[in-house]
Amino acid sequence: MAERVRVKAMMPPGHVRTPAYLRGKTGVIERALGPFPNPEQLAYRLPAPEQPLYRVRFTMAEIWGDAAERPTDTLDAEIYAHWLERL
Amino acid sequence: MSDTTGKRWHDMGGQDAGPICADQHDFALWEKRVDALMVLCSGAGFFTVDGLRRALEDMGEDAFTTMSYYERWIASINQNLIETGAYTLAELGQRMDEIAARGPTYAAAQKDAGADGSDHG
Amino acid sequence: MPHDHHDHDHNHDHGGLSPSGHPFRADNDEALTYWQRMEIAVRELMIEKGHLTADQVSAQIERMDARSPANGAAVVARAWVDPAFRARLLADAGAASREMGFDIGPLHLIAVENTAQVHNLIVCTLCSCYPRNLLGLPPDWYKTREYRARAVREPRAVLHEFGLDLPDSTTIRVHDSTADMRYIVLPARPPGTDGLDEDALAALVTRDSMIGTGLPRTP
Repeated sequence: MAERVRVKAMMPPGHVRTPAYLRGKTGVIERALGPFPNPEQLAYRLPAPEQPLYRVRFTMAEIWGDAAERPTDTLDAEIYAHWLERL
Repeated sequence: MSDTTGKRWHDMGGQDAGPICADQHDFALWEKRVDALMVLCSGAGFFTVDGLRRALEDMGEDAFTTMSYYERWIASINQNLIETGAYTLAELGQRMDEIAARGPTYAAAQKDAGADGSDHG
Repeated sequence: MPHDHHDHDHNHDHGGLSPSGHPFRADNDEALTYWQRMEIAVRELMIEKGHLTADQVSAQIERMDARSPANGAAVVARAWVDPAFRARLLADAGAASREMGFDIGPLHLIAVENTAQVHNLIVCTLCSCYPRNLLGLPPDWYKTREYRARAVREPRAVLHEFGLDLPDSTTIRVHDSTADMRYIVLPARPPGTDGLDEDALAALVTRDSMIGTGLPRTP
């Protein structure tokens, strides 16, 4: 059974690669993609330790609620581990 | 449009927006050169694509509506190169003035533009 | 809307057509802009300081010009005729593309397959990430606010604008390229194509079918 995760709802300014429309949303880990240097640090020329990157799958219902065109259509996005909370 | 919740202008997923314009332009030589500069300078370690994106985002929403894609890219490439000390603002400013004096068109403004204005760069 | 030149209609014979067969935009003969001056200045300074050479710039332009949807189409066509290659493509699309001889550099490429049950659509809401090292530069529409905003929220309405309507029994799977992976859609092989060779099949594969905003042509 795929692991359920929630995207942290924090809203820091600056270069982050977690889209706002996914903050606070719950999805499942579709697969682990391996470790990659953290773009939030690369963007500012800081040392960038690798962070695990995951492809997370969300239903459109989860993201858009009643406004979803078709609730069971899905959206995949690649989210870094430090943005995810295990449920 | 400023947003007090921390969401930045470039983070466009889910916004209301109109029909998608399918027009396509062919890339000009200067645009291809900007693209090449991006690949070569990032490959040589002067900046990362993350730094490029960060500088683009920092330009603000007006840049998205008033500048073309490659105009924003050369601005961001330059911002990154200045930050890393590849050249100075004075050197850049001086050179841009010299270029303006070479001629009125892109072709004429090349360093070794021929007498006919053709581009050997 | 992004600044563009579509309302200009120039006719120049300053030689050389772009790889698409259209003349280069007339920028070479239009008034020199601030940003064009910056490009020239940056390029010259970087060359003079020994960080780049003019030959490298030209070579990179040629390298990028050689990348086009035709490369992706060849990969798709091979997957249609060769089940073992198809499996390799779905396991590691980067390795499979390199296997066919395409120079894709460090691209982390993932191929996602369309089936009767699932239709894939690729977008980058945060900027304009695209598998450019295989398919060439992305189309202008891919970078617009309209596409980036709506593809993740109303993909069916977006596809309808592109002339594609999918049955309700098909699930749409949108991929937002937020990090290091780049995606190419492996479209389903159209019916009525038995007996076509790889080249003929590749000719049916459109760029939009590899982004997910279209289907391959039918013979």
